[in-house]
Amino acid sequence: MDQLLINPDYPHILSTLIFLPLAGAVLLLFVRNEFFARYWALGITTLTALLSIPLIKAFDITTSKYQFVEQVSWIKSLNIQYVLGIDGISILLVMLTTFIMPLCVLASWSYIKTRVQAFMVCLLIMECAMLGVFMALDFVLFYILWEAMLIPMYMLIAIWGGPRKIYASVKFFLYTLAGSVMLLVAIIWLYINNGYSFFIPDMMWQNYSSTAQIFLFLAFFLAFAIKVPMFPFHTWLPAAHVEAPTAGSVILASVLLKMGTYGFLRFAIPITPEATMTLAPAILWLSIAGIIYGGFTALAQSDMKKLIAYSSVGHMGFVTLGIFVLNTNGVEGAILQMINHGITTGALFLCIGMIYERTHSRELRDATGVGKHMPIYVTFLTFFSLSSFGFPGTNSFVGEFLILAGTFEHSIWLAMAAIPGALLAAAYMLRMLQKIVWGGTDNPDQSWIKDLNIREIVTLAPFLFFVFWIGLGAQPFIDLIHVSVENLLNNYHGFHSQVAVVTNLLIQ
Amino acid sequence: MQFLPELTLLGAGLIIFIVSLGKANGDTTRNIAIGLGAAIFGATLLSYCQTGKLFFNAYQIDLFSQVFKTLIAGAMFVVILFGNKLKGIQQKVHPEYYLFMFMSALGLMMLVSSVELLAIFVSLELSSFAVYIMVPMRDDTGKFRFQMEAGIKYLLFGVTATGFMLFGMSYMYGLTGSTELSVVITKLSTMWNNPAAVIAMMMVLAGFFYKLAIFPFHFWVPDVYEGASNETTAFIASVPKLAAVAMLIRLVSLINGEGQAILNVLMVCAVASMFYGNLSALVQKDVKRMLGFSGIAHAGFVLLGILTFQITGFANAMYYIIGYVLMNLACFLVICTVSKNGENVMIDDLSGLHKRSPIMAFTLAVGLFALAGIPPFVGFMGKFMLLAGALKEGYMLIVILAAINTAIAIYYYLSVVRVAYASDPEDRAIVSPSILTNATSVFLLAAIVIMGVIPQRFVDYATNVVQTIM
Repeated sequence: MDQLLINPDYPHILSTLIFLPLAGAVLLLFVRNEFFARYWALGITTLTALLSIPLIKAFDITTSKYQFVEQVSWIKSLNIQYVLGIDGISILLVMLTTFIMPLCVLASWSYIKTRVQAFMVCLLIMECAMLGVFMALDFVLFYILWEAMLIPMYMLIAIWGGPRKIYASVKFFLYTLAGSVMLLVAIIWLYINNGYSFFIPDMMWQNYSSTAQIFLFLAFFLAFAIKVPMFPFHTWLPAAHVEAPTAGSVILASVLLKMGTYGFLRFAIPITPEATMTLAPAILWLSIAGIIYGGFTALAQSDMKKLIAYSSVGHMGFVTLGIFVLNTNGVEGAILQMINHGITTGALFLCIGMIYERTHSRELRDATGVGKHMPIYVTFLTFFSLSSFGFPGTNSFVGEFLILAGTFEHSIWLAMAAIPGALLAAAYMLRMLQKIVWGGTDNPDQSWIKDLNIREIVTLAPFLFFVFWIGLGAQPFIDLIHVSVENLLNNYHGFHSQVAVVTNLLIQ
Repeated sequence: MQFLPELTLLGAGLIIFIVSLGKANGDTTRNIAIGLGAAIFGATLLSYCQTGKLFFNAYQIDLFSQVFKTLIAGAMFVVILFGNKLKGIQQKVHPEYYLFMFMSALGLMMLVSSVELLAIFVSLELSSFAVYIMVPMRDDTGKFRFQMEAGIKYLLFGVTATGFMLFGMSYMYGLTGSTELSVVITKLSTMWNNPAAVIAMMMVLAGFFYKLAIFPFHFWVPDVYEGASNETTAFIASVPKLAAVAMLIRLVSLINGEGQAILNVLMVCAVASMFYGNLSALVQKDVKRMLGFSGIAHAGFVLLGILTFQITGFANAMYYIIGYVLMNLACFLVICTVSKNGENVMIDDLSGLHKRSPIMAFTLAVGLFALAGIPPFVGFMGKFMLLAGALKEGYMLIVILAAINTAIAIYYYLSVVRVAYASDPEDRAIVSPSILTNATSVFLLAAIVIMGVIPQRFVDYATNVVQTIM
């Protein structure tokens, strides 16, 4: 247990963050007042966000150990523990989750008109499960929260979704669940081969046989690649994004997709390093395929939400690319890009939700030329679009640059193949931006549209703030993740040199 | 005291019999039945810690049997509570219906205490025959008389299974010269390489496979579930399964490690049940039929615990069947409440349930998600422990097949939830469950969640309970 660091100043901070939303949700079940429900959910999520600030303050950036650890035995007979902890890989994701939730509540303020209490209950339960997924250090705890998340997300899409909500919600649920059943088998196998322990750090860097590693990796891959989603498994994403209500899309894009990539970093690489080495090339090329495919498909969309959804496929392709080149630049860039994508794409979905609230259409051609009547709106939209294709000075530039730098280090051909993706991103984002801001000569009459109100500006402003903060001064963020990433990669390379030594010995 | 639950049941039967002689109206009968159900449940609690042997050692009262008696009484009480108006049963036979329900429960209670072949047979028959009569008691609104078909099917399949069982018992007696379970199994344990012993054991197990609806003794399930009234199906789908699992554990726990042939058969049955149940459930339109097929699949999962031949495996199976009964009862509670005049409920009839009755929709969703094995409900924990236990014994293949089944199963559960939450109610009537029904559903939901979140105590207790019969 030497990987754990208990922070005496904040003994229960992680549990508080997890259970505060849950408690809020339970209380909300007994309330029959929509007005109260909105303010209550906003209050709870804001409080959670404020409570998570001490995490950053007290986070020790000089160690790769798990911090703020809490450990309680949960199910003794199976040796399942309730153990939480965060390190450099997860801290930013936790912060992203806590900060994005109040904004999701704000974004649903007038968007959701029916069954408001139930909606807010779903949001709060989502927050509880999502935070838990990033904090859990016990595999069963992780799996339970990972699966439990499906129910509220399903409800969000199925009840408050668009016209094809049934198709989209079922597809989302089936894909994700089917992907993770083999994960369960893998978890149990690891448990039995690790002295009956579900403790995740204990499972890392062990010498499992090559075949076992390949199978484990495939089980991980299926679960996480569907969640990311990587290229051949992405088809649920556009459907779910398009039909989900704005807050659902934001959660999906900003947090849920990150769980897949987080899973690769937390589980796939440390638990199956050998299989990672063997299979990384395939995953790298799948990432490239995702980048190019996402780019071209986004270019052809007339539905704005679909456009952003496909752009997500491309962006997440960059993230997996960064992870599996397995060098410092790549992995750090990937983690930073996970956050950036959460900020930028979340904001873009909010922007589209705002248009949708006004015109009740997601079609690009119904939104042409609103720039004339919504100057504040298009200002925000412009910055987020620039950020989305990695314009220098915005957050995504830093992330993509690091990833590409890492990729060049790894293989020049791979990097050459990824570059057109960045170009495509500019093409489809600028196309959308041009149409929304100016349009053509045949714009529909938009003069009745009102510009953003205070609530909407307050919702978008934090996103813009972070776009520039990360874009202009990314160092504090990289400092947070650096030591953990170094440790991960050192262990990874150490593992392989150790294996090489053993093999050499055997040969001699 | 030792025989108190059974005596109470008999007494309850007598009281209801007297009621049936007069002309009591529906409400009185119902109130009496609820009172008696509570009394029976109380009696099982009172005699909870009793131990001892009765009737020339044919009848054993131990913690194991008492736990199952309490569960049987509890499950029956819940069925009585939510089937409160017995909408699907002919008005004039309401008292008789309760009478047979009590008699069936009596048979099941005796069954879990029986440790002698003939006692097992007699109590099994008592429980079965009562249910054979309950099935055709359905109110025949459509004049299709399909409850008769269901009754006959149930009877014929049941008699066949009993035939198998009797035949197996005769082999057992022939091989060992005794009908006492402990003697029989000790002697059999030296002759597992003798095909006759294996066949005898398999045939006896077949009788319980029939009750639990395990492949290849599942054929009665869909038609009986569909043909019987909703309340009867709720009873058949939950209470006898408890007793069947109890008896499977009692019998299999006595087989020692040599029973490789039996193990193989159990494995095949488990996997076949899962695939058959889940694949057939995919295409059902009637909710009860779907739950019937899902029950077959779940029986396969229970077998997964039993075939480990370990105490923990038996305890997991026990935990799982208790969880299954809770989840199943939650679903049937919704079916009974939504069904207006006791007719069958199609999946489409649940459209927009969340607008017609939020609490029923919620109960249904939790029940189905739990059956599908989604955390944090009891279904997930049970499944997880069964898989972990089986993998610990090295049955990798069967665990992977079971995991694949989980993925198949989610589709049909989800399609019901989808209808309840994402479809429009159109012009379907509002469902207004009674306070009693609401209270029952809240209790079931709480039990499903609590058992799923803190399984430790329950599993530990189940382990203790199983330990007493080893």
